[in-house]
Amino acid sequence: MAESRLETVDMFINMGPQHPSTHGVFRMVLTIDGEQIVDMKPHIGYLHRGVEKLAEGLRYREVTVLLDRTDYLAALNNELPYVMALEKLLDVKVPERAEYIRVLVCELNRIASHLMFYGAFGADAGATTPFMYAFRDREEIQHFFEAVTGGRLMHNYFRVGGVRYDLPEDWRERLTKLIPHLRKGIVDCERLLSDNEIFLNRTIGVGQISAADAIDYGLTGPNLRACGVRLDLRRDQPYSVYPKLEFDVPTRSRGDCYDRYLLRVEEMRQSLRIVEQCLEQMPDGPSLGEVPRVIRPKEGEVYVGTENPRGEYGIYLVSRGGDYPYRVKVRAPSFCNLMALNEMMRGCYIADCVLILGSIDIVLGEVDR
Amino acid sequence: MLGMLKGLMTTMQSHFRKPVTIQYPDERPDLPPRYAGFPGLIWDANVGEPFCTGCQVCARFCPTQCIYVTMKDNPKVGDGTSKRRKIVDEFELNVSCCTQCAVCVEVCNFDAIEMTHTFEMASYSREQVMNLQDMLSMKEKGGP
Repeated sequence: MAESRLETVDMFINMGPQHPSTHGVFRMVLTIDGEQIVDMKPHIGYLHRGVEKLAEGLRYREVTVLLDRTDYLAALNNELPYVMALEKLLDVKVPERAEYIRVLVCELNRIASHLMFYGAFGADAGATTPFMYAFRDREEIQHFFEAVTGGRLMHNYFRVGGVRYDLPEDWRERLTKLIPHLRKGIVDCERLLSDNEIFLNRTIGVGQISAADAIDYGLTGPNLRACGVRLDLRRDQPYSVYPKLEFDVPTRSRGDCYDRYLLRVEEMRQSLRIVEQCLEQMPDGPSLGEVPRVIRPKEGEVYVGTENPRGEYGIYLVSRGGDYPYRVKVRAPSFCNLMALNEMMRGCYIADCVLILGSIDIVLGEVDR
Repeated sequence: MLGMLKGLMTTMQSHFRKPVTIQYPDERPDLPPRYAGFPGLIWDANVGEPFCTGCQVCARFCPTQCIYVTMKDNPKVGDGTSKRRKIVDEFELNVSCCTQCAVCVEVCNFDAIEMTHTFEMASYSREQVMNLQDMLSMKEKGGP
């Protein structure tokens, strides 16, 4: 028989690094059997700038400039663990108002980051409209940031012992306008995608990962919570003023693309709740504590992990005295989440691979550093 | 089907609201006072010279080393019009590698530098980028 002599071989497809839906410069080599993905190898490092090494050549207060540029969609969330680590080394007390301002801007940044995910994920699934809606609302948040920090994406706002500027005079008016706008924006987002039949068919059951696997791979943040593991550092390892604020940690059970999407939408609501509480409870007082003029911490090492929109963003800071840090190690959540991609993609169809990559919400600036 | 109709309803609603975008080159964005564009020196109008003494603290602290400053003796000290013994001679900012991080503003001991609202740096040639640099140093604050 002629058919018996035919042999099938796996085909390799090289996707990226310039592919528009890899969210940056990311390359993966897919091994496919027909339409199904058999294996996936990620190749990273195209955006490597050597942030950790560069940080060793900068004085302590300048390092935040670099950390802004790791996860550039949630820059304020990256600065937070670094300044907290440095405060631990220096034994500096942070005024309560500064803590509230930090939480306020971090949560707004989380919403902005999730909106970016929402828009990009919609576009990955083939719907371009949600992108416009997400960016409309994200723009409002960025206007607020412009007024508070001076920057839209790169803020360089947190300082040892507080924040750089106090909130502007009209921050209450701005925020009271912003919150209902965002609330309506999230409703719009949900109405556009969450019930759309095409979207449901494309995402439910796609890219599933079990809770046990997720823990093994070291997933954190929304990707882990979508599998049903209720782990949120803001609640489980409370820092800053989070213990005084009321918020839920939403979880989902299936751990597929749809759950990861829905979880982030729910997280935006919770973040908005925190922002509202900050608006109500914002105490008076200084926004910058008593900080030595020259930052020269004693010898020691410290690790601080905080909840980034993508997971646990940790800074391991080693000081050997002197003006410069000896080592700044970044525990990047996107990097760890990316490692589970193989597990999620195996057995899926090649048409879903863009969607699965989009659903874990990586930022290549942080993966490569 | 119902889910898709819901989405369509949402998009239909946007026909009845005001546009959120601005027509950029014709309409200018309303920048808040803290907006951080490129840094520029501030002009001391009372004396007629910049506040900057050329002490080079900003150049040393700049994370990307994009500032170049030199210092000279202030000629106005002799006739008593100025109290600054040293004054900035040259102030160069490499706009192509400035990250607008505002570290220079923070470390300046004389409050002589400020983040301006200049954010447009697109130009047809390298020389025009240099012109932007001229514009940044002092002119924006009413200097020569």
